[in-house]
Amino acid sequence: MRKIKGKLVLKDGSVFEGDLYGNRAASGEVVFTTGMSGYQETLTDPSFCEQIVVLTYPLVGNYGCNKMFDQSDKCWYQGLVVGELCDEPSNWRSEESLPAFLNRNDIPVLTGIDTRALTRKIRSHGTLKGVIVPSDLPKAEIDALLCAADVHDQVAKVTTPAIYTMGSGKHHVAVIDLGIKRHILNSLAYFDGRLTVFPASAMAEEILAVQPDGIFLSNGPGDPKDLTFVAENLKKLMGKKPIFGICMGHQVMALANGADTFKLPFGHRGINHPVRDIAEQKIVISSQNHGYVVDEASLKKINVEITSVSLNDGTIEGLKYLDHPTFTVQYHPEASPGPSGHEYLFERFTKMMEEF
Amino acid sequence: MPKKTNIKKVLVIGSGPIIIGQAAEFDYAGTQACRGLKEEGIEVVLVNSNPATIMTDVHIADRVYVEPLNVEFLETVIRKESPDALLATLGGQVGLNLAIDLYEKGILAQYNVELLGTQIESIKRAEDRELFKETMENLNQPIPESAIVETVSAAKEFAAKVGFPLIVRPAYTLGGTGGGIAETEEELDEIVNKGLKYSLIGQALIERSVAGWKEIEYEVVRDAADNCVTICNMENLDPVGVHTGDSIVVAPCQTLNDREVQMLRTAAIDIVRELKVEGACNVQFALDTVSEKYIVIEVNPRVSRSSALASKATGYPIAKVASKIAVGYTLDEIQNAVTKKTTACFEPTLDYVVLKIPRWPFDKFVAADRTLGTQMKATGEVMSIERNLEAAILKSIRSLEIGLVHLEMPELKTLSDAEIEEKLILVDDERFFVIAEAFRRNISIATVNKITKINNFFLRKVHNIVDMERTLKTKELSKDLLRKAKKMGFADSVIGGYIGQDEFAVRNLRKEYGIVPTYKMVDTCAAEFEAYTPYYYSTYEQEDEVVVTDKKKVVVLGSGPIRIGQGVEFDYCSVHSVWALQELGYETIIINNNPETVSTDFDTADRLYFEPLTLEDVLNIIEKEKPEGVIVQFGGQTAINLAGPLDNCGIKILGSSVDSIDSAEDRERFDALLTKVNIPRPKGHTVYDVLGALKAAADVGYPVMVRPSYVLGGRAMEIVYSDEELKYYMTNAVKASKEHPVLVDHYLMGTEVEVDAICDGKDVLIPGIMEHVERAGVHSGDSIAVYPPRTLSEQVIKTIIDYTNRLALGLEVHGMINIQFIVRDNQLYVIEVNPRSSRTVPFLSKVTGIAMVDVATKAAMGVGIRAQGLKPGLGYFPDYYSVKAPVFSFNKMSDVDITLGPEMKSTGEVMCIDYQYSRALYKACIASGINIPHEGSILITVADQDKEEATEIAAGFADLGYNIIATGGTAQFLASKGIAVKTATKLSEGSPNILDDIKQGRIAMVINTLTHGRDVARDGFQIRRSTVEHAIPCLTSIDTARELHHVMSAMRRRRMVSTIALQDLAWEG
Repeated sequence: MRKIKGKLVLKDGSVFEGDLYGNRAASGEVVFTTGMSGYQETLTDPSFCEQIVVLTYPLVGNYGCNKMFDQSDKCWYQGLVVGELCDEPSNWRSEESLPAFLNRNDIPVLTGIDTRALTRKIRSHGTLKGVIVPSDLPKAEIDALLCAADVHDQVAKVTTPAIYTMGSGKHHVAVIDLGIKRHILNSLAYFDGRLTVFPASAMAEEILAVQPDGIFLSNGPGDPKDLTFVAENLKKLMGKKPIFGICMGHQVMALANGADTFKLPFGHRGINHPVRDIAEQKIVISSQNHGYVVDEASLKKINVEITSVSLNDGTIEGLKYLDHPTFTVQYHPEASPGPSGHEYLFERFTKMMEEF
Repeated sequence: MPKKTNIKKVLVIGSGPIIIGQAAEFDYAGTQACRGLKEEGIEVVLVNSNPATIMTDVHIADRVYVEPLNVEFLETVIRKESPDALLATLGGQVGLNLAIDLYEKGILAQYNVELLGTQIESIKRAEDRELFKETMENLNQPIPESAIVETVSAAKEFAAKVGFPLIVRPAYTLGGTGGGIAETEEELDEIVNKGLKYSLIGQALIERSVAGWKEIEYEVVRDAADNCVTICNMENLDPVGVHTGDSIVVAPCQTLNDREVQMLRTAAIDIVRELKVEGACNVQFALDTVSEKYIVIEVNPRVSRSSALASKATGYPIAKVASKIAVGYTLDEIQNAVTKKTTACFEPTLDYVVLKIPRWPFDKFVAADRTLGTQMKATGEVMSIERNLEAAILKSIRSLEIGLVHLEMPELKTLSDAEIEEKLILVDDERFFVIAEAFRRNISIATVNKITKINNFFLRKVHNIVDMERTLKTKELSKDLLRKAKKMGFADSVIGGYIGQDEFAVRNLRKEYGIVPTYKMVDTCAAEFEAYTPYYYSTYEQEDEVVVTDKKKVVVLGSGPIRIGQGVEFDYCSVHSVWALQELGYETIIINNNPETVSTDFDTADRLYFEPLTLEDVLNIIEKEKPEGVIVQFGGQTAINLAGPLDNCGIKILGSSVDSIDSAEDRERFDALLTKVNIPRPKGHTVYDVLGALKAAADVGYPVMVRPSYVLGGRAMEIVYSDEELKYYMTNAVKASKEHPVLVDHYLMGTEVEVDAICDGKDVLIPGIMEHVERAGVHSGDSIAVYPPRTLSEQVIKTIIDYTNRLALGLEVHGMINIQFIVRDNQLYVIEVNPRSSRTVPFLSKVTGIAMVDVATKAAMGVGIRAQGLKPGLGYFPDYYSVKAPVFSFNKMSDVDITLGPEMKSTGEVMCIDYQYSRALYKACIASGINIPHEGSILITVADQDKEEATEIAAGFADLGYNIIATGGTAQFLASKGIAVKTATKLSEGSPNILDDIKQGRIAMVINTLTHGRDVARDGFQIRRSTVEHAIPCLTSIDTARELHHVMSAMRRRRMVSTIALQDLAWEG
């Protein structure tokens, strides 16, 4: 990969200069994630589609890459920003170095910058739009990139183009793929699931036609309000089958029930987020990756129970609908990357399917 | 859950003296715990025998008992205080073992004392090998094939089944005492034998070795509601085989993928949950390097050295949180002190890398075996924080204070490439330097990895440093290159060395280029939340996030890693200085690099900079913060050494000036001063070669005390009795030259007296005078000190006051001064003066009730002694006696001679107080680990010059009913004086001999003084070492023996156990 002088320019005019590896400019919303391990899992998490991602831990790539960590077939980032990129990884599972992985996926990466300063900027200012460009790119071109319209409908890019099946378990789960992470599929299959995975555009009738025991709504990138079609579909599915939703699935389900969502100043991205599970009376450490949350005030008229909240900022992390057999969580119980300890949610879904 | 409302009074057990394996981390943990409990309105009763700690300050706990840490004494305290509960998981292994003892002896039940935090059942399941094995098997957690043995033959049987190498771990010991890796049957025999001896229950675990695997640690905190979080994971650079306390450790893990990180995290949490730990727990794993196989090595259900490191590495106050959990809080009810918004129920995430390097005592124990294995040998450690690993490595090296500013050891330069490659095989304290040297010789990473098994990732980082050296040596020092080198952590002086410039030239060039360090905050959350911890580290990046205030401020320099000669007492002093400055309204800034200490707790000073204590690193902070000045007199030699260089840079040294420090340290200036103020000192000369030395000795007369000038902690100091010995010393022990002169002084045998005083420039306050039990010649740090003095005449005391006044005023001391005197024939001589805080300051502060550091700090800042409401002069002596006794870690250091002499050997100290002098001394002996026998046989084998004195002592012990055994010469001598003595068989006379007697428990105590001459010296050495291996007291000074005899005879008809709280002492003065 060629290395040139490059920089990250933010919408507010601030500039971070470093070394740029890559063959194209990157432009997108700049977000940070605080996990100290699991870079490959986040790089291939479709929820990061079209974003420029800053890893706050400065030494990245130390243990290389291995296909088994991929959460989808490709990397969906616009660009990556790290302190130091390791090109001589050292771990028995390493098949490829991270620079090689990024090159293969055509992801520009800016290194050698003060990622903590950048993180502090995003934290105090809120998520910003930014571009990664070669140092000598004319200002007009940078401005043009920064002024480009905001990206929408990322889900359309990341959802499966066609229906496919997976697993051979007892419970038939219809999965609505809004940008699903591979380990969610694996977890559903592990808990005795037989999956039929549908594109985001699948009609409710189509889904019900396969006679699933339950429906799963996946995670995915972008603004949940872009997914009006999915929300409409969900209205037709609610009550018909037990439903379990994660992340974007959680948000769209709330929208379908008449609740509202809003954008957090800089999101929750990391693998150390404490969540209070109110019903279970315990606190779990979770993997999170979301920029939007369900607005608690908007739940007043809905027959729903808040099952978990973020211990950090009190935002909603889990809902249980009382009029239909549906529960959703904002965080990522499948981890990958991140801590285990959430298997009970998958078990709960299985039980719901059994009892429905 | 609300806190336990029934608990109003809690007994906290401290960890006792600093020894190898148990250092300052428990002062830090204990202090946090006591404060955490007091915050809850709980009355805290503390028992800890270590006076040099913040936790034994009267305002940290409500009732402070500086008493021996054993069941008898604890029971007395429990009876007197009737605490509702006991907190024992913050006092290290000592605290934990005592809790078990108190429980098993039924004392907790008898006095209705509830055990807080982790329960006995859990502690046992983690500590007892059989129960641990069972617990792990139930959890399906892999542990290595192992067997618990109580005999050597059982160990051999297991070896026959499993094969070598095997690891031997004795049960219930600390710091891996007595453990080791056995490669052969002979080694197994030796290690198991020793291990069984050290184990409190005579058990050892033998297990299949996984040497070479990665060693990974997790720090876990759990509350009673089963909330469980991991605070930090850490990876040892040294693969399994080196004790984690002796390993270079990095946090977070660097070479583990998320799957491995989570696999071990899950295992750690499962284990901690299963053990029902309430508080902190440390779990150690070995992870295969080519598969996901792992094993659980060890679980410590308590706050540990690793948790201190994890606390400092992340900013998460583990000990404080553990104390809150102990009284019933759940993690989500405890506020996160860092963000003030979130709770303690989260997992810290770092955006920097942390490196810890142990500090070993091999500079003091030259003869010691430097090999690192399962038995810990380090006395302390340094930590560094950086944004890249190379810089963290170089910062740590600078922090170690081993005379190096870079990962380069000059001694290795002379070795051939083959010798370097050979040396790579050795696992010792120099290995890291040898690796760097190997790369300089173009030995490949692959080769080094093959030999050392150290992960290539870490080797690459070391290689990067070497690559940068090459670039700096060959390329023009451009702005870009200079920035890169600084970012990689290279010191200015090192960069200067490559281009033939001094560090200031590089410094100026840097500033010209605008290359200055930026400071970042340690905030537990990688900047995700706004944080309020004033805890910073330097790095060469874009943004400096430290906002400098315009308040008046002072920098206090810390004392770096714990080492022999510079222990936790200097941390105590730094912390008190900070507090005094805060009282005066100053913003305080502390610079230090020791993760074990109270001074590096982020709520001690207003600002904490976690940095090396070198001129460059300190100047950077001073230039940024612009304080009024720097206080150096409390940070031990570390800080004193910086006084001159800082002064040269125009930085104000607050308190005694650099000139005054220099007049005390420079031999000629000091002599001139003594002549001027008319104070006698033993006659002496400065010499530069052997002939000069012989001439000097002839002039002053033998015996002579010889040492290099500017000596630290008595290094290379010896008492020499003849020309022959002097020649040997001058040619072997030192390398004298014009630049490095040697001092030859007449050695005056007399009583050693020590004074710590405070001077404000006009008045002198002398809180107390201490008298040493051992005569001059035994390093003051290794002597038993008594306050108030017992044998000094009024005339001598008057002279001490007079000389102290003259010296303090003559040296224009502003702050603390320490003076060592010798009293001989009622004459007073000065042997050493240090215008700084000394080792005895915490002791004297505690027993006189005068907060000496506070007073001295204020005096240094211009607030006079009278203005502080104190009366100059010597205060009244109290009605009680206080005894400070040294504590040694000889059992961790094989091959070290335990004879006391001018070189300091102790690692820590204890103090005991009583209205009876004898009992105070008796308690101090018990506290320091000398198990004085009440009956049995005493072996006496002493040098000719000591025989006369030994007779009196032998007679005394015989009178008390002890049997006296002695070797040939001594036996004859004693018999000739009419003492019933049994002659022991010398080593050369075949067996069974003295060593067998010791081994088989036929000897209860040994009195042995150093004999000159080769063969006898070797015999003496073996006898002394065997007393260490078999844990029987060995007195190597006639004075200690005499005093112990007095104690035993005075205590015959008295109660041995009696305790008193510092708060109950009747203060006089």
